[in-house]
Amino acid sequence: MKSAALSITDLTVDYPLADGSVITAVSGVNLEVAPGEIHALVGESGAGKTTIGNALMGLLQAPGRVAKGRIEIGGKPVDIRTGRTEGIVQGKDVGAIFQDPMTSLNPLFTVESQLGETMRHHLGLSRAEARQRSLELLRAVGIPEPERRLKSYPHQLSGGQRQRVVIAAALCCDPKLIIADEPTTALDVSVQAQILKLIRGLADERGVGILLVTHNMGVVAEVADRVTIMLKGQVVESGPVAQVLGAPQHPYAKALIGAVPRVDVKLPRLPVPAQESPGTAAAREQVRARMGGGDEAKAGVLSVDNLVVEYGTRGGLFGGGSRVFRAVKGVSFTVEPGEIFGLVGESGCGKTTVANTIAGLAKPTSGSVTLGGLPIGAKQGGLARKVLQMVFQDPYSALNPRLRVATAIAEPIAFYHLAATKVEAAEDAALLLEAVGLDRAAGARFPHAFSGGQRQRIAIARALAPRPRFLVCDEPTSSLDVSVQAQILNLLKDLRDLAGLSILFISHDLAVVRQMCDRIAVMKSGEIVEQAPTEELFAAPSHPYTRELLSLVPSLDKIAREPAPLGGAVG
Amino acid sequence: MSLAAPKLPATRRRRLQMPVSVMIGLAVVVLMLAVALLAPWIAPTDPTNVASFDLMSAELPPAFMPDGDPAHWLGTDNQGRDLFSAILYGMRVSIAIGGGAVLVAASLGVVLGLLAGYFGGWVDIVIMRVGDVILSLPTILLALLVSGIARAVFPEAGTAQWAPVILIGAIAIHEWVQYARTVRAATMVEASKDYVRAARVIGLPPLHIMVRHILPNVMSPVMVIATINLAAAVLTEATLSFLGVGMPPTYPSLGTLIRIGNEFVFSGIWWIAVFPAVTLVVLVLAVNVVGDWLRDRFNPKLKGR
Repeated sequence: MKSAALSITDLTVDYPLADGSVITAVSGVNLEVAPGEIHALVGESGAGKTTIGNALMGLLQAPGRVAKGRIEIGGKPVDIRTGRTEGIVQGKDVGAIFQDPMTSLNPLFTVESQLGETMRHHLGLSRAEARQRSLELLRAVGIPEPERRLKSYPHQLSGGQRQRVVIAAALCCDPKLIIADEPTTALDVSVQAQILKLIRGLADERGVGILLVTHNMGVVAEVADRVTIMLKGQVVESGPVAQVLGAPQHPYAKALIGAVPRVDVKLPRLPVPAQESPGTAAAREQVRARMGGGDEAKAGVLSVDNLVVEYGTRGGLFGGGSRVFRAVKGVSFTVEPGEIFGLVGESGCGKTTVANTIAGLAKPTSGSVTLGGLPIGAKQGGLARKVLQMVFQDPYSALNPRLRVATAIAEPIAFYHLAATKVEAAEDAALLLEAVGLDRAAGARFPHAFSGGQRQRIAIARALAPRPRFLVCDEPTSSLDVSVQAQILNLLKDLRDLAGLSILFISHDLAVVRQMCDRIAVMKSGEIVEQAPTEELFAAPSHPYTRELLSLVPSLDKIAREPAPLGGAVG
Repeated sequence: MSLAAPKLPATRRRRLQMPVSVMIGLAVVVLMLAVALLAPWIAPTDPTNVASFDLMSAELPPAFMPDGDPAHWLGTDNQGRDLFSAILYGMRVSIAIGGGAVLVAASLGVVLGLLAGYFGGWVDIVIMRVGDVILSLPTILLALLVSGIARAVFPEAGTAQWAPVILIGAIAIHEWVQYARTVRAATMVEASKDYVRAARVIGLPPLHIMVRHILPNVMSPVMVIATINLAAAVLTEATLSFLGVGMPPTYPSLGTLIRIGNEFVFSGIWWIAVFPAVTLVVLVLAVNVVGDWLRDRFNPKLKGR
């Protein structure tokens, strides 16, 4: 019998702290990857999946160490004390693919030297042989015009091509095992689909074992053979993909898989354990009363009319042509009061520019944005800026690190004189914190004390503070874990129902959009190609681009899932 | 007993660790600041009061020399002024002018840098090009120019009362550019972050956003530059005074004392120049050691070394 590409027995990784205590990042993990098999390692941030990857490659950060356990790669043991592979050359028997193809290639070297260097070093090839083999590899990973690309620098390649080069580099010494750490997270859906196909092909044709570290269940369902789900450094469930994803046994695995938004069916709420306390419900009731209180600008229809946004590079001081880039080419849509309107598309399609323009962060070249027939933020005859607020993608940069949370939320309240006194403004802020599901005492702390999901809740509370009628959400959950994402999505839905908010919801994730939105517009290179009610769009997409996007979404639904966990007993 | 000791996070504790050289430097800086501040109470005589001069005891050598007078342990200058007292007062003047120049330069630079970085466009172009022009002139040349013009236009400029103001202006006019550049770059980074964008969407006015949101997040490099510049400003002041356009001999700074002493060095009366010079060197060195350490500490690229 051929030995396993990777076999991990009882692996424990410790991080000793300065004060003598120890954090166990990974404890007692067993894992096996057969040649030609793709084994997915999933879990939420902090689950220890990347730590395992790093331990395999001897890349553990300074205080971290393998406390016990045995790792074998291609049947040869790895020295656990040093994390080094004994008798195995790093980068020869193990190849690595990292998340960000921008940073995993050295920007100063051509593709040829990045690939050739390793082979000349490890395999002792001559320059010509290395070049020959580089060409073969580029062909194998499907890069067009490989001869020309050998001479290219990383910045001359697209994201997908870069990731292909990284994969070629991982393959160059014919490894028995490839560790792919979130290889497609930074890529668009269409590119992601190609890269996944390529990785699957490598496993099938070359018999390489692949350890795929990811948080995306869709990706797992798409390409993996086996899957291991981790929680807090421990394996909670492991087995063939169809079995684990189709009928998970462990409660955590069930919750995790249930939280993944589905593309096939729209659920009223995403199934996550309810975290609402009675306090939250009461606080929401009060927030509703306040929001509904003022009659001013009773929602009204948001109307975007023939919006054009151009970014100009002005001609320099000494002449030189001015070049203009049209990011948005005549986009029109309306959002009804209380509606959640989705805007989807791949990166660079102009959806974020639309959001920024609506929020007043970018100036339209022509066209108009009005709410209830009035412009927003205009000096005369316009609505106050506060009617429209925004929730941003990255919860880590969305909060001022030097302002206490309560201060940040109370700021707009005080600025718009929505509360009579400072004490009342602070009370309002505490109420908003409760309404988004946080403790009111949280206000006294600084943002760094909170997790990504909690920060996003705070950011939502701050957006609600000036009592807006309209919320623009730009990828509000794309940097969050699935279960947290589900909570935030539910929260946004609740707030819509609660305060009659209208929401413009921008996302690249079709499954999320399906769960959230009433109507959807699909954008491609600055234009809306299709606009329809959600169910209609998913049932019968009319534009070819929409059909393509829908077909490419890696989805759990290829594996028969239990009926929605909310839907009651399994039949 | 370490049980009750508060447990700082590991990173925090590392930041508080400082090499011995820095500890000595810090101790010297603190000591000199204290001495300068308390000069009127420590100094045996008041070197600014002409009545305390005693021409009979002019040019006395330090107390440890054969002809020394125990009442003047660092000797006296050509006017019969007690050198130890003069140095204490001189240090006070030097530090005050250096500190004042840093304060003025930093305030000006931070304000202009914030404006340039936040608004961009022509505001940025005007502020930064003016800065470029100023930086193309050497510090001393510009300072000489400013104090020269000030003296020509305003006869009072050379007096003990007005000279510090002129000096502070002459030094600050060159130094603010460095703060403005740093703050501008940091402001541009912060202004593109989502929390500033959120403040803009809320509708907060630019001034409020700059002061309340951006300023606190761009101040740490300013503190570091200020420390390092304090040493440079003290040196510039000393140079100007040495060249005769600084503090008048009736109210000497360290630079003025060195200038007075310089005339006597070759006649064997070395102490008038040497003691103020040594004081200046020690002060500048100590401030520089602390400043360098701060710079390394707050440089994210050097973290973890």
